[in-house]
Amino acid sequence: MELYKLTVHEIRGLVNKGKLSIEKLVRGVIQRIDSTESLLDSFITLNIDEALHQARTLDQLISQEARLSTLAGIPFGVQDNICTFGIRTTCASKMLDDFIPPYDSSVIEKLKNSHSIILGKLNMDEFGMGSSTQNSAFKFTKNPWSLHKVSGGAAGGGAAAVASDQVFYAIGSDASGCLRQPAAFCGVVGIKPTYGLVSRFGLVACAPSLEQIGCITKDVTDCAYVLEEIAFYDKKDSTSIRNGNSTYTSYLMDDVKGLKIGVPKEIFDESWDPDVRTYVNNSIEILKKLGAQIVDITLPHFKYASASHSIIFCCESSSNLARYDGIKYGMRAKGVDNLEELYCKTRSQGFGQEVKAILMLGNLFLSNKFYDSHYKKALKIRELLRNDIRKAFEKCHIILTPTSPILAFDFNHESSLPIGMSESQRYALLANMTGIPAISIPCGFSQEGLPIGLQLMADKFNEGTLIKAAYTFERNTDYHMKKPMKLEVTE
Amino acid sequence: MKYETVVGLEIHVELKTQSKMFCACSTAFGSEPNSQCCPICLGIPGALPTINKKAVELAIKTGLALNCKISEYNTMDRKNYFYPDLPKAYQTTQQYHPICRDGYLDINIDGRKKRVGITRIHLEEDAGKLIHDSENSLSLIDYNRAGVPLIEIVTEPHIESPEEAVAFLEELRNILIYLDVSDCKMQEGSLRCDVNLSIRPKGQTSLGTRTEMKNLNSFRAVQRAIKNEAERQQNILESGGEILQETRRWDDLKGQSVAMREKQEADDYRYFQDPDLVPFIIDNQMVEKIKNNMPELPAQKRERFVSEYGLPEYDSRILTSSRELADFFEASVKLYDEMKGSKESKTVSNWLMGDLMRLTKELGVELGDLKLTPSLLVQLLKLIDQGVISSPIAKEVFDEMCQSGQEPDKIVEKKGLRQISDIDQLKEIVREVIQENPKTIADYKAGKKKAFGHLVGQTMKKTKGKANPQLVNKLLQDEINIFQ
Repeated sequence: MELYKLTVHEIRGLVNKGKLSIEKLVRGVIQRIDSTESLLDSFITLNIDEALHQARTLDQLISQEARLSTLAGIPFGVQDNICTFGIRTTCASKMLDDFIPPYDSSVIEKLKNSHSIILGKLNMDEFGMGSSTQNSAFKFTKNPWSLHKVSGGAAGGGAAAVASDQVFYAIGSDASGCLRQPAAFCGVVGIKPTYGLVSRFGLVACAPSLEQIGCITKDVTDCAYVLEEIAFYDKKDSTSIRNGNSTYTSYLMDDVKGLKIGVPKEIFDESWDPDVRTYVNNSIEILKKLGAQIVDITLPHFKYASASHSIIFCCESSSNLARYDGIKYGMRAKGVDNLEELYCKTRSQGFGQEVKAILMLGNLFLSNKFYDSHYKKALKIRELLRNDIRKAFEKCHIILTPTSPILAFDFNHESSLPIGMSESQRYALLANMTGIPAISIPCGFSQEGLPIGLQLMADKFNEGTLIKAAYTFERNTDYHMKKPMKLEVTE
Repeated sequence: MKYETVVGLEIHVELKTQSKMFCACSTAFGSEPNSQCCPICLGIPGALPTINKKAVELAIKTGLALNCKISEYNTMDRKNYFYPDLPKAYQTTQQYHPICRDGYLDINIDGRKKRVGITRIHLEEDAGKLIHDSENSLSLIDYNRAGVPLIEIVTEPHIESPEEAVAFLEELRNILIYLDVSDCKMQEGSLRCDVNLSIRPKGQTSLGTRTEMKNLNSFRAVQRAIKNEAERQQNILESGGEILQETRRWDDLKGQSVAMREKQEADDYRYFQDPDLVPFIIDNQMVEKIKNNMPELPAQKRERFVSEYGLPEYDSRILTSSRELADFFEASVKLYDEMKGSKESKTVSNWLMGDLMRLTKELGVELGDLKLTPSLLVQLLKLIDQGVISSPIAKEVFDEMCQSGQEPDKIVEKKGLRQISDIDQLKEIVREVIQENPKTIADYKAGKKKAFGHLVGQTMKKTKGKANPQLVNKLLQDEINIFQ
């Protein structure tokens, strides 16, 4: 049996019946990584020895009939901007090439307590700035469905790893749709929870007010399982919110009858790939047939969302990344004569082009001269968007858009170039701007065989509704069953 | 032309909390460098701050004591700049919504009351400390102080002289110590003061160009710097020059200041609300709770000392000038009254205002540095009351007791200071004095009353101050009458 092809919930069943040893499972995925990684480049750092050690320990526990959590023994990957104690955390930047965190992020601490097994740290765009992993200082992650296409970004490593069965799930972050867009590009499920639902403590964020930790999984059921583990109140994160309702697996129901799904009229424009249009329309029809009610909604300020998101993203990043100055940790430029030179050279050499562009813009937007005309205005638009969203949810339970209006693009394609926020994240970043939860699920394939993602958004803390709608869609379609081409490197 | 000086102060006060502003690290002073740090105060990637509630409470307490309005809606903001002592390359502070605003503090200048407006008080975190090792041409950083909670108190430009500035600072420090908000040790940096100063022709209402003076390490430095800077600006204006808006650094050894940087080209700190810290609300209930637990403030204590102990206003002002001294006074009076069964506040006050002040000044120390306790003081007073020692001897015992902490009766025994009240022994000495001073006797007889004092002095000298003064008086009178 090819164990790596299983899902989390399938593994759970086998382990509970005593039919599967964790060590065997871990060896299975390690083998899978061995045979695929040279094609995909999903990982920055692997944690193989430690993973095997943990697997053996766990098998002993299981043999002693210890009660273990759902994710116990499940190997997973972590985006390389989430701190893991003792495991190098680079943010895909030269700046942090040798940075080994002295602590675990809260999410990782939780997953470790659940005995889930870290297989490695996943590639991404440098500090999460980009939409294709082409800004990684180390490697580009290829799309498992077509190796000359990008895997999306920033969380391209995670999406490619899950899509290619290298890991059973991945933990990543989403500041602009940068977890959902790769999930869409790679044909897997990605969720960005409500802002405050998952602790950000230990996430090396660039834009704290936009960014949230989420997960990438093979299907919606796994999404509910993982989300249930990682959603908890954390007093170490002052933006963490207490939310009693977190039994997301109880929403795994095939039922959308009476569910009102809003489709914003503003989103339809010329930018869409024709295949995306076909399959999103098809998805709307499917949901309608399953008993959902489609309603027209309007988001009057949508057209300003992307620009204001960029400004906020740049501004917060410029401040958050200022600490990389060569003084305390990370890279330090050599051969400098004075403090200013140390700063300039370290930051010039340590950061990539995209990051430098974003930091410079952010500093500009926050300067006395541009604060009011740019940063303050962007905050106002954010309020207007929140208002738009609030009004929309008076009319519907779910807002539906494509995750990305375009498909995974070629490497060095211009879609990946403009400062971080590409065309492909225009719809996804709405959820970051307004703090609402959003999920991307597979909803079709283009003529050349590239996955298409459907985005569903719900009101704050209504992850349950999202899971239910997504699960229903998944149960009645088979897009999530399809696997990418044969990836193994053959001798 | 006559000029007047306009001064506003910015005072940084380290708050007396157990832990830092945004993490659980200790705030203790003087520990091993970098022994009180964690991922949060070191700005390690991914670490997030959470606000110290105690620091918020202390800021509110200060605001209430300074008659401020307490803000309901508060944000923390980032002040962005690069410096090695600033781990995150931004200081978390309150730029847009300070916790307190629009207050005032009344001070006393030569018996005249003066009101100084408080513009705002805001919460922020301290930076680390750079240590330059010039021998090995190294710069080292100690981050123990990074993240220690501070409040910055900003005054209106209401201060007009060096004396007013010092009076303000003394009163403020006193209040902060009374409130137990800070220990206000300037030498340890827990109280720091910057001076904003401009001058203008007398009568003009608009303000002149101001300079900001930093590195003022004592109240005396503040006083000197204000005088010096006002003169410097006046000289510039009188010679037709123009004042530059700049930050200057005070050099207390040289008694002058040097320009650090010009403000115009200066920093754009790119303030914005810190997205890692949610805005916090201070409700009425919290303010009321703090209000109800406020300790007695110096001004209130001053009034009570007059009404309750019947002290002169002068005594009351000095005794309440520090919480420590005021508490010492009250404890001593309580003990003394219990012993005597009558109110003897003034006696205690005299000792504290006279001999204690003299001794601390002589030794250059504070009350807390001495081993004096209320109980020791009262034991000493008892010895005087019982006639065991004379007042001049008591002063000697007092000095010794303050430094050694020994009980006064032990000191008296050890040093043989017991008062001589033996009439025969004293009579002998008095006679000697009379014989040795025929001229003084003659003067006295001729009506010079002062001459008698000289004779008493001589007698005391012969007994090394141990003679019972009343007895000496009586014996001298008797002997002069008998023999002459």
